[in-house]
Amino acid sequence: MKKNIIDVRNLSKSFDISSKEPGLKGTIKHFFRRQTKKLKVIKNISFEIKEGEIVGFLGANGAGKTTILKMLCGLIYPSEGSVFVSGNIPYRRKEDFLKNITLIMGQKQQLIWDLPPIESFLLNASIYDLDKLEAKRRIKKLSDMLEIDEELFIPVRKLSLGQRMKSELLAALIHEPNILFLDEPTLGLDINAQRNLRKFLQNYNKETNATICLTSHYMKDITSLCKRVICVDNGSISYDGNLDILLKRLSPVKEILIVCRSEDDAIQLENSGFSVKNKTKNEITIKVENNSIISSLKNILNNFEIEDLYINEPPVDEIIGKILIKKDYDI
Amino acid sequence: MNQRKYLKVFTKFLHTSLASEFEYKTNILIDLITAILSLIGSIFLLSIFFTNNVRLGGWQFEEALIIQAIYTILNGITNTWFNPNLTEIVKHIREGTLDFVLLKPIDSQFFISFKKINPSGFLEIILGFCLLLFCIRINQINLNLSFLTLSLITIICSICILYSLWFFISTTTIWFVKTWNATEVLRSFLYIGRFPLNSFSFTLRIFFSIFIPIAFITTIPSEVFLGISQFWKIFLEIIVASVFLITSRKFWLFALKFYSSASS
Repeated sequence: MKKNIIDVRNLSKSFDISSKEPGLKGTIKHFFRRQTKKLKVIKNISFEIKEGEIVGFLGANGAGKTTILKMLCGLIYPSEGSVFVSGNIPYRRKEDFLKNITLIMGQKQQLIWDLPPIESFLLNASIYDLDKLEAKRRIKKLSDMLEIDEELFIPVRKLSLGQRMKSELLAALIHEPNILFLDEPTLGLDINAQRNLRKFLQNYNKETNATICLTSHYMKDITSLCKRVICVDNGSISYDGNLDILLKRLSPVKEILIVCRSEDDAIQLENSGFSVKNKTKNEITIKVENNSIISSLKNILNNFEIEDLYINEPPVDEIIGKILIKKDYDI
Repeated sequence: MNQRKYLKVFTKFLHTSLASEFEYKTNILIDLITAILSLIGSIFLLSIFFTNNVRLGGWQFEEALIIQAIYTILNGITNTWFNPNLTEIVKHIREGTLDFVLLKPIDSQFFISFKKINPSGFLEIILGFCLLLFCIRINQINLNLSFLTLSLITIICSICILYSLWFFISTTTIWFVKTWNATEVLRSFLYIGRFPLNSFSFTLRIFFSIFIPIAFITTIPSEVFLGISQFWKIFLEIIVASVFLITSRKFWLFALKFYSSASS
């Protein structure tokens, strides 16, 4: 049985937030007497993550996903509760712990802007105390996996966003960490670059059994990488479990588009008791519950004259969108 | 602390900074010309104060030139290391890139204090040393081991005081986010260090000795060069430098507890 690599118990985080009224009067008032209030952004959350798991953190903007990641990697101190990551208390930032983790942020970069990425990689290699030969071996291995080659020798400022992100990944993984914290890693990337990045992360996870904690607003990142998701709503965990189960719960029906031989067949089908979404001439779309899909298909194929049919899953984005506005998931 | 690793990282910092700066050749040339013109301008300004063999606070022009030389060396060090790195702390905190620094298995203060190097500051350091050698010759100073040791100790202490002051101010960014002005004020005070402390009124002397110890930064090393410094002053400078260094270090570690990282 795989051991827990991340253990979070009753974790909370509060920030002092200052607010300002609009206009000049508000600005002057804000300058002389700043009004601050304590805002609890993470509220008493608990979860565990097993070694090698890929877990997606879902939630609306400001829900607290990034704050959780920052507490897991030790950037910010928790206000209450405990966090253990590979047996360490993250905010102590012990050298052994830091050598074991990495944080990749889609909107921030660590590469040296005026120099080719290879210079940043070698700098990181010296920070992680790798010898030259080992550093070169790892750069070669990771650049092969990321499919970058010539880009290593071109100044960062001349690289495209996709090439830069791949280089950022390489810089962040040169020390071969066991735990990866990824905050919106595909932000701003085109579809191909997103796909390549996801493929790389899957391979990296397979090869190294690394644990990956991921936040992303691109649902494809979540659905193709994560079996498990943790939904964060206003600082609390509203769901923690299997992604497929969540999707089924939130969208218990499938849509079947049936192309009938004639319009009369379509009318006959419309009146046979199915829940009809829409109908145009000889085409009809019906909604069928997931658990009765086989029996419904048998019924349609045996009793109606049809030319073709398509089974459509509701768009994942639409379902996940519900997560961002829904409060409770009784799974 | 793994000294070999830190030396290796420092060498890499040096290498990457030089490589980054050499991408912009014209900028380096302009910086070099500025350094030369600035030194010429400062000496000219100083010579105006000493026209007609006037003594300023008991100092002759040739003696005051030593203060200028030490100021030039310190300004070179400021431009080489402190300015590119310590002003960057504000940026790191505002933009949240301090996250990357804090997650590296290396001392964060070392990383943010030495990551960047501005090579044009080297010229100022060299010019300062050349002027110092010239001053040693015209003031007929005898070079011996104890003199050189004391000079080196006081200059190192000056660097430590200056660094700590600057680092301390930059650290407050963790709470106040924007503190550009404070570091600019510190730089302006440093200009005062080009003149002998005795040339100021009693109140200002106290101010520049206690509140902003500019006096320790240039005047005491210069007095050592002229052989007119007393041991208690050197001892006091060592104490002040140590207190400043330790305080800035403790303050940084304390401040990090309040780092909330920029929002994404």
